[in-house]
Amino acid sequence: MTALELKRVANVIRQDIISMLAAAKSGHPGGSLSAADIVATLFFNEMRLNPKDPHWEDRDRFVLSKGHAAPVLYSALAEKGYFPKEELQGLRQTGHMLQGHPDMKKTPGVDMSTGSLGQGLSAANGMALAGKLDGKDYRVYAVLGDGEMAEGQIWEAAMAAAHYKLDNLTAILDYNGLQIDGKTDSVMCSAPLVQKWQAFCWHVIEVDGHDIDALLAGFAEAKQVKGKPTMIIAKTVKGKGVSFMEDQAGWHGNAPSLEQAEQALKELREEAENLG
Amino acid sequence: MADKVATREAYGKTLLVLGAENPKVVVLDADLSKSTKTADFGKKYPERFFNMGIAEANLLGTAAGLAAAGKIPFASTFAIFAVGRAFEQIRNSIAYPKLNVKIAATHSGITVGEDGGSHQAIEDVAIMRAVPNMVVLVPADGEETRQVILAAAKYYGPVYIRMGRLDVPLLFGEDYQFEIGKANVLREGTDAAIMANGVMVSMALEAADELAAQGISVSVVNVASVKPLDEETIIRVAKTTKAVVTAEEHNIIGGLGSAVAEVLAEKEPTPMVRVGLKDTFGESGKPTELLEKYGLTKDALIKAVQEVLLKKQK
Repeated sequence: MTALELKRVANVIRQDIISMLAAAKSGHPGGSLSAADIVATLFFNEMRLNPKDPHWEDRDRFVLSKGHAAPVLYSALAEKGYFPKEELQGLRQTGHMLQGHPDMKKTPGVDMSTGSLGQGLSAANGMALAGKLDGKDYRVYAVLGDGEMAEGQIWEAAMAAAHYKLDNLTAILDYNGLQIDGKTDSVMCSAPLVQKWQAFCWHVIEVDGHDIDALLAGFAEAKQVKGKPTMIIAKTVKGKGVSFMEDQAGWHGNAPSLEQAEQALKELREEAENLG
Repeated sequence: MADKVATREAYGKTLLVLGAENPKVVVLDADLSKSTKTADFGKKYPERFFNMGIAEANLLGTAAGLAAAGKIPFASTFAIFAVGRAFEQIRNSIAYPKLNVKIAATHSGITVGEDGGSHQAIEDVAIMRAVPNMVVLVPADGEETRQVILAAAKYYGPVYIRMGRLDVPLLFGEDYQFEIGKANVLREGTDAAIMANGVMVSMALEAADELAAQGISVSVVNVASVKPLDEETIIRVAKTTKAVVTAEEHNIIGGLGSAVAEVLAEKEPTPMVRVGLKDTFGESGKPTELLEKYGLTKDALIKAVQEVLLKKQK
């Protein structure tokens, strides 16, 4: 896909996020919206997938370590055809398959159950190790949040991925700078992250996480790196695409009302029109 | 043939068999491979052995990822670190998605000995038993461990295997048959039953011998499969004997004793006495001295049977 087409996909994903959260009356809009461009680029350009065969052995793997951003993943999966789009309206509802956090047993296309923060990178490591062991050329992608950089397990996994030279692993940090209690730097400062990941022997790339061309270039560079895993630190805006949600910690875990959702969708439709 | 072998030794040997049989089997350890006995697998199959360093959360999480990609990981460390340190990784990354990870924990219970209470897991069975999707197995000797490991590898889903550091008597021959979800009645009696697992099984057999000499007929049931629990056998034996003693090297809260009590309270109310650690931590010392001090001996079992017989008479 071209960058423009990927932007259109990201816009559709953002609209899906708003409408499914409004229907669910709960969920996490901020960190879902911030990751929309990253996820759109991965699912619609980067990753080798087969929605008709979600368990295809040679598929690229995706682990959403920041599992509370499940809506961004669900929208991408529905748009790819893993399940009907109507399912999105069942988000977080009893008896429906779309759980509050990703569940690989319930949702086709979800490669790992996640949501308890700090655990996703370890699982991604395991998948990457298995790929190497089997001589397969699939790649593993893990999207991490900056809030979960405070979890010790992230750094255990960072050390292990470098130790085992997992160059088939690309992690993407959705660096939106906010978490539930406020600015990440004030809750628990994890900076400087570039230096930290470099010190853990990763190849580090910094990009604007809303610049599709930059993301494409980052993923391409990661594929060329040999002997070490790559961390793409993607600077993002929490709530990106909805004016009143942007850069507001308060929109971490609150669903929009129907009026707010209408306003948000209006803005996103306008953006879509401007994209042409 | 040695008359005593630690269950962890049997684990290490069986891993070599599994390694040859099944290329999907991989082993992870956390810098304790000489103690957990996974080191030999590491030597023979270095490409399938991952030392994760002293990082248990990542150890279990990585095992989950390997399983998600089709491997059969045996994740090994001491019981205290597997279940204690990495509980929530086990719960959310392994049990919740029902991934095919075998948590092979050694150095359980007070027979860890000299390292002391900080390293003696006495609550691991209770914790693992409470997690949905988890199978909990506690083998009694080397042969049963061999069969438990093979059965765990064959079964699809998360399994917690509790093993010990201490050399324990060999009880079973190759004709013995372990099955997940089945208890083994080792001796049929009529007056009382001892339901035991792990290191307590050999003591239960000795206690039954001594009680037989006193004219008391005691059943001995080896309940290696704590979950799923063989309710049918437990109820049948309780119906016959009408008096049950449970025995485990574990806190009396939440382990085998609790599991048996839950079944009997609902389906076959039976006088019971639970032998185990009485809600206390262990301490440093020689394993045999600690077993003595904390009441995990043949004599303690004989006393417990006498006690339960008094309850039965009331």
